[in-house]
Amino acid sequence: MSTASTGKSLDFTAGDGYHDDPPLVAGNLSFHEVTDLVALHTEKKTPLAWFGAFSIANIGLMILLLSVAYLFWNGIGVWGLNNPVGWGYAIVNFVFWVGIGHAGTLISAILYLFRQKWRTAINRSAEAMTLFAVICALLFPTIHVGRVWAIYWTLPIPNQMEMWPQFKSPLLWDVFAVSVYFTVSLVFWYVGLVPDLATLRDRTPSTKKLRQKVLGFFALGWTGANRHWRNYEKAYLLLAALATPLVLSVHSVVSFDFAVSIIPGWHTTIFPPYFVAGAIFSGFGMVMTLMVIARKVYHMENIITVNHLEKMNIIILLTGTMVGFAYITEFFIAWYSGSQYEQYAFINRATGPYAWAYWTMMSCNLLFPQFFWFKKLRRNVAFMFVVSIFVNIGMWFERFVIVVTSLHRDYLPSSWDYYTPTAVDVLTFIGSFGLFFTLFLIFLRFLPMVAIAEVKMVMPQSDPHFYEGHGDGHSAAHDVKPGTDRA
Amino acid sequence: MLKELTRETKATMGIYEPRPDKVYGLLAEFSDPGALLHAAEGVREAGYKHFDTHSPFPVHGMDRAMGLGNSKVGYIALGGGLTGLALATWLQWWTGGIDYPLDISGKPFFAWESSIPIMFELTILFAALSAVAGMLALNGLPRPYNPLFYSENFSRVTDDAFFLHIAASDKRFDREKTEKLLRDLGALYVEVIEDLGTEGKEKVVGPAVEVHV
Repeated sequence: MSTASTGKSLDFTAGDGYHDDPPLVAGNLSFHEVTDLVALHTEKKTPLAWFGAFSIANIGLMILLLSVAYLFWNGIGVWGLNNPVGWGYAIVNFVFWVGIGHAGTLISAILYLFRQKWRTAINRSAEAMTLFAVICALLFPTIHVGRVWAIYWTLPIPNQMEMWPQFKSPLLWDVFAVSVYFTVSLVFWYVGLVPDLATLRDRTPSTKKLRQKVLGFFALGWTGANRHWRNYEKAYLLLAALATPLVLSVHSVVSFDFAVSIIPGWHTTIFPPYFVAGAIFSGFGMVMTLMVIARKVYHMENIITVNHLEKMNIIILLTGTMVGFAYITEFFIAWYSGSQYEQYAFINRATGPYAWAYWTMMSCNLLFPQFFWFKKLRRNVAFMFVVSIFVNIGMWFERFVIVVTSLHRDYLPSSWDYYTPTAVDVLTFIGSFGLFFTLFLIFLRFLPMVAIAEVKMVMPQSDPHFYEGHGDGHSAAHDVKPGTDRA
Repeated sequence: MLKELTRETKATMGIYEPRPDKVYGLLAEFSDPGALLHAAEGVREAGYKHFDTHSPFPVHGMDRAMGLGNSKVGYIALGGGLTGLALATWLQWWTGGIDYPLDISGKPFFAWESSIPIMFELTILFAALSAVAGMLALNGLPRPYNPLFYSENFSRVTDDAFFLHIAASDKRFDREKTEKLLRDLGALYVEVIEDLGTEGKEKVVGPAVEVHV
């Protein structure tokens, strides 16, 4: 049966109506081909390479479990923490993972509100990445409390001690901010998944009973009814509108952990915006790392095109420059404050015993993204992969510099010390990557990694007016400016 | 009266009652989103109320073509958000100020400034969860059984096919006349859907047959 989308020439363009942007879906695909391209990866026999990657990720996960078990048995003393440096790897890793967890909701919420249609190619996997990164992030403060069996004291649960959490503490704000962020991101992700789960359900042959039942359960009986789409789209818009201030607030609250204290190097008002910019920067770095690999392995070059990657590189360039500007502003304010402790904290960062970490951070975050001013480099997949790795490294070091260099030399020189992580510290950090990639590989194997319904929505054939005129798709191109509201 | 109200409420969710002879409605397939949009306009102009279009993605302008107003999800989310705000305010005021006052550096037991982060977080949490719960409630989801799943062709609705369904519960429904209307509007084919119930059939959670057309 001939349907809407076959064999028409689609040479007109998507975009803002002023520039001739290339189409968002390349290769002249039909609706059915888009469904196939994404759904097949959840239906085919598991490839051997997946098992290989999954085994490596599982080794990482085992390292994590063992090092956490060792920590629980022995206590926090197995870490490299010492007296001035009471916050070490655990908090560095926490902020690192929360930061990575910002890109997904940024892409799905903020870019949705700004009508950036290119987000549809990457939003599903970026949201999944967000969830898994936040799981890794939540792990670290949990194990950092020492007596992990008392972690529920952070929640306002009535108890026999007749005590309540202290709501004036930024650490408690953090508990609420990160767990609310996780819950809302999970709901947002699942709501987006429902139509695609229905697609998978409807493609399942009747011989696969279990798959049918599981998908049927999670697809909630979705039939693509317009009465349902109407409420669905409204709810999705509301979730985007609610998640937008949420995503900006989470890292602001994380920065309060530092900024509300009176430690030189932490006690600065620039922290909330500077942390948020850094979070978006690091999140896009990680999305880029994962997408460059995934689009190659899963042959998604037509859906995740070089144009999509270029747009992400522009955001990396923008936020990297903002972060670099914040580093310089911090220095200026330290000098301008006239406070010798503040000035010393920053001079010590750049020239003291941790200068190597500081300059790693500076070059990875401020210098390397500047190459993206050149269009050739911005569209070079191998080059952007390398830069994204540097961004990941640089942003980890940023948190290391903030946490460790501010603490290791406090007001009293007799208590100054040098912080060195122990093997348990390092193994726990490596292990958290194992947890992250285990979850991400399960996602890639069992769920549609691209939002199928949303990609179809940004294709020119989805427009009802596409079929007017000569029926060749060109009437829409001539009558209505692409990208404008054609409803 | 109450029964009629229940029936109409369920109809807004796309849940219709079958006729005594088990006929649930007529399902027509259209070639593309444009044809579906015009068909929906035609069906509405003919005076039908219990009908719905089904498509792999939301079609622009379909709400207007079907004569549907604005979604009510926003009001539910607003209510949820205000509940969250009130709860967070009460929680911090009562625990910190009344039940367990703790003097920390002489700071007030309750102050709105330090309460803002948690007020904000709980507002967002409750608003988001009620937006989703409200969406599901207004849509009558989850709905594991749907008579439309008996149509084998309907399994393509989440892939690349466009359907219009007129329910037999509509006052104007007449098998011959409604079918003729759908054909006049350009339906590729029209199919009678029967509500056979969940008993005795395999296809409970979804269409079972892979169709490649």
